[in-house]
Amino acid sequence: MRAKKFIPLVAFVLLTGLLFRGLSIDPTALPAARLGQPFPPFAQPELLSGDEISDAALTPKPALVNVWATWCYSCRVEHPYLLSLAEQGIPIYGLNYKDDSAKARDWLEQLGDPYRLNIVDVEGSVGLDLGVYGAPETYVLDADGYIVHRHVGVLDEAVFTRDFSRWFPVDALPKRMPAIGVGL
Amino acid sequence: MSRFETVLILSALWCLLAASSGARAVVETYEFSSQDLEARYHLLSQELRCPKCQNQNIADSNAPIARDLRVVLFEQLEAGATDDEILAFMVARYGEFVRYRPGVDRQTLLLWASPGLLLVLGAAGLIRHFRQRRDRTLGLLTDAEQDQIEQLLREPRA
Repeated sequence: MRAKKFIPLVAFVLLTGLLFRGLSIDPTALPAARLGQPFPPFAQPELLSGDEISDAALTPKPALVNVWATWCYSCRVEHPYLLSLAEQGIPIYGLNYKDDSAKARDWLEQLGDPYRLNIVDVEGSVGLDLGVYGAPETYVLDADGYIVHRHVGVLDEAVFTRDFSRWFPVDALPKRMPAIGVGL
Repeated sequence: MSRFETVLILSALWCLLAASSGARAVVETYEFSSQDLEARYHLLSQELRCPKCQNQNIADSNAPIARDLRVVLFEQLEAGATDDEILAFMVARYGEFVRYRPGVDRQTLLLWASPGLLLVLGAAGLIRHFRQRRDRTLGLLTDAEQDQIEQLLREPRA
């Protein structure tokens, strides 16, 4: 009988817990439908060379595939960090999403080019196959070419350390870092 | 302001709102080869959710991705794809999320079952409530009252 008195309290605690949990859930986060699948096949021009490339061109792996465009402000924000990742030897392939190729080439010339290559996707068809719904987005391809992670939004060091670094162990990276300025 | 006036104004506002919402869908022209395809286009575009602006369907949304999905929908309809094929295509890329009526699987089971569960819970509550009321009007004692009496009887007199 006495237990009955606590029902409202228990209900209140449960509801509060549920709602509190809800506060820390990002409602715009989408499940990535392509996880665990290989990168969708494509045949598109490369941004700088103009050659037609296919998904076979995405080597070496593991690698990042970064969806970007010159119209995307957040892409400018994350660009310096991509440069530093590239400098650490992490292969990054760009998907130049629904962009003007001339503007994209200017951007790379002015801000630096972190990409091993860039897939030109003016129509957004590769993006659609990948399940992209905005830019920037960054995908991780594992050593076998499977999509194992997707990040929507700006990629920075905190995000990389938390969600990406497990696929890029420090000692496995090719040593391309110049031996200057790294005084510890 | 009288109560009648308030009701009048509120209903006028409601009508205005209802009228404007009909004109909200994005205007685009597609040349369909048959009316049947056009009808299916309208149905499907209202059932597919825009991945970018999450509380709009792709028919209502102005987001570029919603436009892309409308184009894909149009092309696939014209190419003779069935509704199931089109939905499967969308789900493969954007997940069950993209459907306003997701298929039943482990993740959506609770979602689909919740109306039934709530109905059962509500019905159980109502039945309980009416039983108690009936007992009270009949002058019957509730379990709690019966317990209380027994406890009082058991207590040694001070």
